[in-house]
Amino acid sequence: MSTPMSASIEVGAATARPQAPTGFWRRALRHRSFVIGGTLSLMVLGAALLSLVWTPWSAYEIDVASKLRPPSAAHWLGTDVLGRDIVSLLLVGARSTIMVGIIAVGIGITFGVSLGLLAAARKGWTEEIIMRMSDFTFAFPAVLSAIMLAAVAGPGMVTSITAIGIFQIPTLVRLTRGSANAIWAREFVLAARASGKGGFRITIEHVLPNVLPILIVQATIQFALAILAEAALSYLGLGTQPPQPSWGRMLNDAQTLLFQSPMLAVYPGAAIAIAVLGLNLLGDGLRDLLDPRLARER
Amino acid sequence: MSGSINTPLIEVRDLGIRLNTSRGPAQAVRGVSFSLKRGETLGLVGESGCGKSVTALALMGLLPDSAVVSGSIRLDGSELVGLSDANYGKLRGNRISMIFQEPMTALNPMHTIGRQVAEPLRRHTNCSAAEARKEAIALLDRVGLPDAAKRVDAYPHQFSGGQRQRVTIAMALACQPDVLIADEPTTALDVTIQGQILDLIAGLVAERGMSMILISHDLGVIAENVQRMMVMYGGTVVESGATNAVFTRMGHPYTQGLFRARPRLGARKGTRLQTIAGTVPELADLPSGCTFADRCAIVEDRCRMALPAVVDVSAGHGVRCVRTDVSMAEAVGAVGA
Repeated sequence: MSTPMSASIEVGAATARPQAPTGFWRRALRHRSFVIGGTLSLMVLGAALLSLVWTPWSAYEIDVASKLRPPSAAHWLGTDVLGRDIVSLLLVGARSTIMVGIIAVGIGITFGVSLGLLAAARKGWTEEIIMRMSDFTFAFPAVLSAIMLAAVAGPGMVTSITAIGIFQIPTLVRLTRGSANAIWAREFVLAARASGKGGFRITIEHVLPNVLPILIVQATIQFALAILAEAALSYLGLGTQPPQPSWGRMLNDAQTLLFQSPMLAVYPGAAIAIAVLGLNLLGDGLRDLLDPRLARER
Repeated sequence: MSGSINTPLIEVRDLGIRLNTSRGPAQAVRGVSFSLKRGETLGLVGESGCGKSVTALALMGLLPDSAVVSGSIRLDGSELVGLSDANYGKLRGNRISMIFQEPMTALNPMHTIGRQVAEPLRRHTNCSAAEARKEAIALLDRVGLPDAAKRVDAYPHQFSGGQRQRVTIAMALACQPDVLIADEPTTALDVTIQGQILDLIAGLVAERGMSMILISHDLGVIAENVQRMMVMYGGTVVESGATNAVFTRMGHPYTQGLFRARPRLGARKGTRLQTIAGTVPELADLPSGCTFADRCAIVEDRCRMALPAVVDVSAGHGVRCVRTDVSMAEAVGAVGA
């Protein structure tokens, strides 16, 4: 049932209509920001997947003779300062961007949300310790820690992802704990306790579903921040290592040539913007769709 | 474990609750004692902040961790004060249940009502999801939710306030508890719905032989729905007895004040409601003597010296007042006024 549906979001609402999908997907396909956000996100995902099997040129092949070419039939968006094909770089760069985003936000969500929920559920010393530790991480400059981590583990994608992930944690701990505390004060939690439920089950069944909409929106923002952080770390030579391309690196390489060939900065910038915008809209849509109060049938 | 017929189902002895408030420790409840037999109904009446709800939460073991509870609460002879949260969890929703004041917020907006009614069953009995669902539909049907089988998968926002309160009642009754605590169950509802909900609760209590503690600030609700009542003020029980006895022979000046303050049908236009002068004392700095002393018309010096003892004015009717001779004489006037 859901297999044809998931395939059809790519194409959008228009083609999906005649199949009359039901429930979640029917509402999802009518939700404008979910459809637009989903399409943009799938474009980025599609680019990353495509780069695994095909790119117009090799993203690693340097051809200094044809450097800084304007767009042409051979190079659709031109070439960079080393003569590499921009389209190929963007396609391959999408891979590292998605990887950094998903893994770093994954680390942040996994630890941040569980610690935040734990702090809200247990209160007392547990909460104090978690919050002070998160303050400590928060107060430490992220770049400094990334340098430290790079000194120990060596620079590279794994190091930068780990560092970015760790710095997602405190934000998410704070957000989760704050929202979870507000839910714990609600009467339905008292009612759940009155029906005999323990802290763990209340957290999973009552608190988490109610903080999820906030977390989804925040996760899309964190994803955007992770992409930008990866760009910054790449610039310092701590992130993705050459010749591995990433959108952040492309942006930084373009910086020195801003007056000569400004378009070199525009392409990766636009790619980042599309990814971030797509995720934000997707998150917005998802938040609406997951809220039963907004799930009006007609 | 279940006690003999003579053992009261619930026995509260000298219950004291100290809460930590922003203004320092507050003795929210002092020396509250009562017992409740199987099938008996008890009303708790008093103004906001008099300790009614705190007493109810203490019975449920749901006070904040910082609260200090002294005295004893026994359910079927076994002590509940100091019980671990895990063990308390086995009683809550199973043997003691509670209905809350605000049906709009007492249900989780993210879950269907069927799931929420089935939850206590899943928690306390070994029934499967399908059985729990069937039972939930039967319960929703019993509490008078129209078209229960069809609406079991609807979300709380799709119901009216009265319907939601029916759902919370179904939730509370799911495991056939021995004791039902109803904390102002109709305060948030329309007057037209109030009667229906109270009738429903009273019917279910009688049908299942449950004991009920009904908390309300509405004397009318108390008069019609419980056999015995306690009037609370400033964390103490100022008067307790059979509902009839308390209403006909109000022994405490506070009870009389409450009675005079209620609006009446047929009062002449322009008649002002009587009020009790003064305000409820802050729990953080309660007077050492009678808590009502500052607002009492017949106060004497000895009222302020120490908390008055309970005087039995008739069998099972106790009044915490040193001046029952005067107040009882005036009681006639209060009813007439």
